[in-house]
Amino acid sequence: MLEIKNLMAKVEGKNILKGINLRVKPGEVHAIMGPNGSGKSTLASVLVGRSAYEITGGEVLFEGKDLLALKAEERARAGVFLAFQYPVEIPGVNCTYFLKMALNEIRKSRGLEPLDAVDFLALMKEKMKYLELSESLLSRAVNEGFSGGEKKRNEVFQMAILDPKLAILDETDSGLDIDALKVVAEGVNRLKRPDNAQIVITHYQRLLDYIVPDFVHVLYNGRIVKSGGKDLALELEERGYDWIISAVSEAAPN
Amino acid sequence: MTETLSNPVFRPIDPYVSAFERLFAAEQDRTPDWISKLRQNGFMHYQELGLPGPDHEEWRFTNISPLASRPTVPILVHTHPPLTMANLQPWLIPGLECNRLVFIDGHYSAQLSEIKSKAEGLKICSLARAMTIKTALVEPHLGRHAQATSQAFVALNTAFFQDGAFIWVPAGLALVEPVHLLFISTVPETGASIHPRNLILVQRDARLQVIETYAQLKEGENLTNTVTEIVAGPNARVEHCKYQCEGPQSYHLAAIQIHQEAHSETVSHSISLGGRLARNDIQSHFAGAGGNSLFNGLYLAGNDQLTDHHTVIDHAQPHCGSHEFYNGILHGRGRGVFNGKIFVRPGAQKTEAKQTNRNLVLSDEAVIDTKPQLEIFADDVKCTHGATVGQLDSEALFYLQSRGIGRDLARQMLMHAFAQEIIDRVGNEPLRDYLDARVQEQLAAIPLPVNS
Repeated sequence: MLEIKNLMAKVEGKNILKGINLRVKPGEVHAIMGPNGSGKSTLASVLVGRSAYEITGGEVLFEGKDLLALKAEERARAGVFLAFQYPVEIPGVNCTYFLKMALNEIRKSRGLEPLDAVDFLALMKEKMKYLELSESLLSRAVNEGFSGGEKKRNEVFQMAILDPKLAILDETDSGLDIDALKVVAEGVNRLKRPDNAQIVITHYQRLLDYIVPDFVHVLYNGRIVKSGGKDLALELEERGYDWIISAVSEAAPN
Repeated sequence: MTETLSNPVFRPIDPYVSAFERLFAAEQDRTPDWISKLRQNGFMHYQELGLPGPDHEEWRFTNISPLASRPTVPILVHTHPPLTMANLQPWLIPGLECNRLVFIDGHYSAQLSEIKSKAEGLKICSLARAMTIKTALVEPHLGRHAQATSQAFVALNTAFFQDGAFIWVPAGLALVEPVHLLFISTVPETGASIHPRNLILVQRDARLQVIETYAQLKEGENLTNTVTEIVAGPNARVEHCKYQCEGPQSYHLAAIQIHQEAHSETVSHSISLGGRLARNDIQSHFAGAGGNSLFNGLYLAGNDQLTDHHTVIDHAQPHCGSHEFYNGILHGRGRGVFNGKIFVRPGAQKTEAKQTNRNLVLSDEAVIDTKPQLEIFADDVKCTHGATVGQLDSEALFYLQSRGIGRDLARQMLMHAFAQEIIDRVGNEPLRDYLDARVQEQLAAIPLPVNS
């Protein structure tokens, strides 16, 4: 589904990604872990087309097509979704209206009829209950005045409505207490199917107790320096990142 | 306000002088003295003041030289072209049960107007009619509030006005149906000028909603110079909405002067979609304690257009509150001007005044000149003001795009949201929906920058 080959990117003249390689197949959940500043969020941003980043090398194929050649909205329509680490507040743009527009733009790009208000409302009601979101919240402006937990639940709610093929969750656990974390993780797990995939970016192992990955990758200094199964996450929780960092430094100084 | 007299003025060969002489001669025999005096005084003030030049403090950013050099002939006698209700369709507000007064090139059309509301003491009619049959109601107020002594265009209007609306809401009556005043310019000839005049008197404990629409039948150059005087009696409530949607070649000058008695509440909405020059002077004077005033405005200006709001809130009495919210969207080579004056007079304690002006500037060539001006002579008051000038939020744009919404549509959504902050304050639902739809159409027509 997704194939990242030797991806390099910089922002404001600084090289952040220095050759990322990653393959994600349908039905898989990949966790990307790493210390602060290792390039995790940059990778997410590059995959969804944030314009501040300059691609300096490599390629990304999504279902065989050149993902990096697409505009941000075209990537979304192709089925790529990012749950933002810091969802932006958009005063004056109603949550429900926004999401209906988004879904119908995606449907239009696939040659499908737009959902009318009644059908959309039914879809919304169905997905809402899993994320414990209230209708009154969704009648407000996008993320405006939402608590941290509400913002993150709203991200996963949008994911549920838009039903992407590949969902990237960028530090969705940050700022959540354990109860909110469970709700969010539960929501994400419910969306898992054999024909879609998830990339979970996180600093801590905690989220992975609830969203169990098939693969865990450690990102450090712009490269994936270690990959393994879900046990790797537990090992990181126990031992921290230092043992990997020093192993990398010994193997390749600088 | 003596400063205006010392300001430099244009003194071109003035076509208004001969026009006024003609009007005066024609009216002499059939016009009551008080009206003649009012006109004469208006014209005298106009001649003293002259049209404001670029060095005039209140007109620094709004250059009227194209107007001053343009021939201007007031339409004093008018034969209506055969307009029908079908012609008015674009400006009728769907779902709004209302009284409607229609003015074609400044002249009342009984045929297109409709008065539905009936209540003892209620008067809704043309001002020309009211001046002859309701002199006792009109004379004490007409020309007493708008400032012909300091505002040249008010003076000019006072000299030349032919008609407009007269509304008298008797004490205690909460008028359910709004009054819709529809001013249609047929754009009869280059150089024609139209001077509508409205007088709205809302007595003690009474309520009124009034809408003024200014529109053109076809695009073209024309000058509208309108004056509305509003008196809100003690504990009265008046919601006034002015919707200016004349075409991009039009010149529009408007003065709205609100006089507020104790504990009255007034609302002024001004939705100004632009013209070559659209200037709105909106002023509220608190003549009694405990009043409240909301000024709420949205303005757009694109290529070679200028939209100007000058507001004055005069806190002459204690315990009054005023809130101002103006949002502007400037694009292409459009210019916006906002000047908000708040006076807090000595003794006007417990005044609360808040002013906000926000601007979206969508191109490198678009310009906004915004200036708050607070003059406070009382010590126990709360006054705040703020002005912002910015572009569309790129983070919000990206967020919308990342959900599959194309960049153009995302821009439309954000502009619309910005406009809606203002539109949402319009209390009447059919009117709000109508304005929202018109503004959306206008926003959709804004050319988008390439490669952004």
